[in-house]
Amino acid sequence: MDDYMPSTTLFVLLLPFLAALFAPALTRLFRHNAAWLLAIVPVVIFWHFATFLPEISKGEVVTGGYQWIPAFRVNFSWFVDGLSLTFALLISGIGVLIVLYSGGYLKGHEHLGRFFSFILMFMGSMLGLVVSDSFLMFFVFWELTSITSFLLIGFDHKREASRRAALQALVVTGGGGLFLLAGLLMIWNVTGISEMSLLLRSQGVLADSPFYLAIFVLVLGGAFTKSAQFPLHFWLPNAMEAPTPVSAYLHSATMVKAGVYLLMRLNPVLGDTAAWETVLPVFGGATLIVGTLLAIRQTDLKLMLAYTTVSSLGLLVMLTGFGHPKAVEAAVLYLVAHSMFKGALFMVAGGIDHEAGSRDITKLGGLMSAMPITFAAAFASAFSMAGLPPFFGFLAKEEIYAGLWQPGAWPLLLTLVAIVGNGLMFVIGFAVALKPFLGEKPAGLREAHDGLVLLWLGPAVLAVASLLTAVFSSVTHRLISIPMATAVEGAPVSVYISLIPHIGMALLLSGITIVFGIVAYRNLERLRSAMAATLTAIGWGPDQGFDQFIRGIVRVSFAVTRIVQNGRMETYMKATFVLLIVAILVPMILFDELPAMPQWPQDVSLYELAIMAIAAVGLVAVIFARDRLTAIVSLGIQGFAVALLFMLFGAPDLSFTQFMVETLSVVILALAMTRLRLTPTDHRPIGKRLFDVTISVVGAGAFLLLLLKVIQLPFDLTLPEFFTNYSMSIAYGRNIVNVILVDFRGTDTWGEIAVVMVAGLAILSLIRISTRRPWPSIATNDPNDEERR
Amino acid sequence: MEVPMAFLVAIFFAVSIYLFLSRHIIRILLGAAILSNAVNLLIFTSGRLTREIPPILPAGGATEGIVTANPLPQALILTAIVIAFSFFAFLLVLSYRAYQELGTDDTNEMRFAEPEEQKLPPLGY
Repeated sequence: MDDYMPSTTLFVLLLPFLAALFAPALTRLFRHNAAWLLAIVPVVIFWHFATFLPEISKGEVVTGGYQWIPAFRVNFSWFVDGLSLTFALLISGIGVLIVLYSGGYLKGHEHLGRFFSFILMFMGSMLGLVVSDSFLMFFVFWELTSITSFLLIGFDHKREASRRAALQALVVTGGGGLFLLAGLLMIWNVTGISEMSLLLRSQGVLADSPFYLAIFVLVLGGAFTKSAQFPLHFWLPNAMEAPTPVSAYLHSATMVKAGVYLLMRLNPVLGDTAAWETVLPVFGGATLIVGTLLAIRQTDLKLMLAYTTVSSLGLLVMLTGFGHPKAVEAAVLYLVAHSMFKGALFMVAGGIDHEAGSRDITKLGGLMSAMPITFAAAFASAFSMAGLPPFFGFLAKEEIYAGLWQPGAWPLLLTLVAIVGNGLMFVIGFAVALKPFLGEKPAGLREAHDGLVLLWLGPAVLAVASLLTAVFSSVTHRLISIPMATAVEGAPVSVYISLIPHIGMALLLSGITIVFGIVAYRNLERLRSAMAATLTAIGWGPDQGFDQFIRGIVRVSFAVTRIVQNGRMETYMKATFVLLIVAILVPMILFDELPAMPQWPQDVSLYELAIMAIAAVGLVAVIFARDRLTAIVSLGIQGFAVALLFMLFGAPDLSFTQFMVETLSVVILALAMTRLRLTPTDHRPIGKRLFDVTISVVGAGAFLLLLLKVIQLPFDLTLPEFFTNYSMSIAYGRNIVNVILVDFRGTDTWGEIAVVMVAGLAILSLIRISTRRPWPSIATNDPNDEERR
Repeated sequence: MEVPMAFLVAIFFAVSIYLFLSRHIIRILLGAAILSNAVNLLIFTSGRLTREIPPILPAGGATEGIVTANPLPQALILTAIVIAFSFFAFLLVLSYRAYQELGTDDTNEMRFAEPEEQKLPPLGY
């Protein structure tokens, strides 16, 4: 590996983010035609990764990177093997078509530039995810895909359904990301390895670790949320609120496959255990069946496709966890096939919506002559989805059956699940590809055309790609399938399947699937109403569960806020002082630091006691004062007593300042109080008063114990001696207190002056700003209240 | 001498906390004024007490062997007194203006920012 290649890879990884910066400006200049310019970005990426093909197909890996945080052995490093490369090519290749398609689909949209920006950022995140070597980088890109998909799903942010879908996707996939982070950190801890490439060479270490199960569950938490496995599948169909290019890109070919990518990536180190080979097929199989059944129920083209995407992801998870090399091959082939046909079908659905103005198959029909190219692309893609030759989907399905058809009851069950799932997907594929185009054209449907080249180019290219990859299957296998399957399996794998079927069990099962599919297609209406009735009877799903969850959070936090922040100052004060008491007393008691019984000193003179008594009397009088003036005067008494105490104990500076401040306080207080009609006396009922007295006495006791403990400890004279010794020699001042203030701690004094100034300014503005108009009503964050304000 | 002072400090704290627990802003204000004295005396006492010898060096004399009051707590307290006074003045004006605008000195009736009847936030998205 020379030094030149890694730096190009770094540039290529950053390129989408750079392009995202310029996309809005370009779109302002060229409007929707900016798509042609921006599509250069994924073309460059595709070309760059395509240059790796010869190396990777020889079984080598490309690595590179930089140190990021050397102290924690965190690197910004990438590593490209067959698996990463296939994903990178799919992301950039389909990315080209999606960018072009977006230009056509959102032509004239006021935020088209923003959209380009988001989709390029997403592309960059996804690309970074699949080539990440270091765990931390992987996690960062993983969450970046969640965040960018939040932006894309909520693109139409003025609709509540959009906002809900975006938030739901973020909560589910972002939450899963946290599981993943925990899982990766655990792997890091157990193995001491923080890089995928090194981890893959440590086979067996994780599977034998006592923490295997915890790691397994955490990793699945990440993968199953991202790849929408039942029962966490609900966010994916809701994400159809996004503009169709987003659905075609994120929710068919790329983001939702990130979970599958994770499982495939870790298959060599986490796989081949009983847990892996039980849990994955169970959830995958359930997702496959639930997804297709829910798809049957829908009449909206995008929703039908969305639910079949859920089931395809289920199928991929099931195959990855099946634990047979053939099944892994099948997963690889199906993943590639699915990316092509599902991307195309989504774009077709969007094209129909864009041109004919509806996505409801019961309201569509007869578009074949109006949209011939779109129809051809749709028909070809449906063939691939149904697993019919001569398209790539056929190879995938043959391999699925060849992989699953193993001796035993468990493989038999999974084969049956696959037949039902594939049969129903066959139905949906043709329902999407045929219903809008054949039959009578319903009245009221808009005049439709193939439209802009930007709109039909994507599906057409993908349909042709489905065909070519199948026809030249040996090339596809050599460059893509074999390196990827080898990476997933962790051992050399060879793939032979071609369009010429082997006579055997797989072909027979394919035949059964097709027959089942045709029968089901003819009874589609009946199946749909049966499903609708069943779902209505159940009446609850995880989607409603999400709403209940979110509402529950809002209610709980509202209730907690009402308790914690109830608007009563008494409560806040009580809480503050009680906590203060706890903070002083608990450590004192726990660490046995209570003071010893104090000795009453012998040298107390009478006048000292007298002044203390005056202070105490002043204090008590403040509490019992019956009118304002008494209270204020009593306040003055305790203040002057404190000043006298300062004087007696060698602090004349303090004494003078205290005298001044107390005098000013009393004068200002008296002036202000005479202008207000305030109630100085206490109106607390006796019960409350007793409670408050208890808090005060215990609080005072806490401070007493603290102070007694302090004065019983030996006194550290370092600082006073330092100041006494150096006051003259360094700062040339004899008044040590003043020297400390203006010299040793001059900056503190400067800060103090700033505080006084700020307080003065605040007082000035409080006095000068007077609101004569009535107070505005309380602002709420309810958007519906806006007009009332 | 520190021990009787410690008990006096405790009385200061008790009165101040009791006043703080009241609902009337004027009493809270008095509590704040007393609390600053309580804290100042706490610092003063914990720096040990020395009678009647201010921390001022004799003119031109040697500094060795001189016993004066501890200068450090005095410097701290001097700063604290000034800041406490600005704070007190600010609180006073604030409560004065609050009384003028809201017409009450009862903290329970000052519910402008946290009204008694709060609506549940919207449950939509």
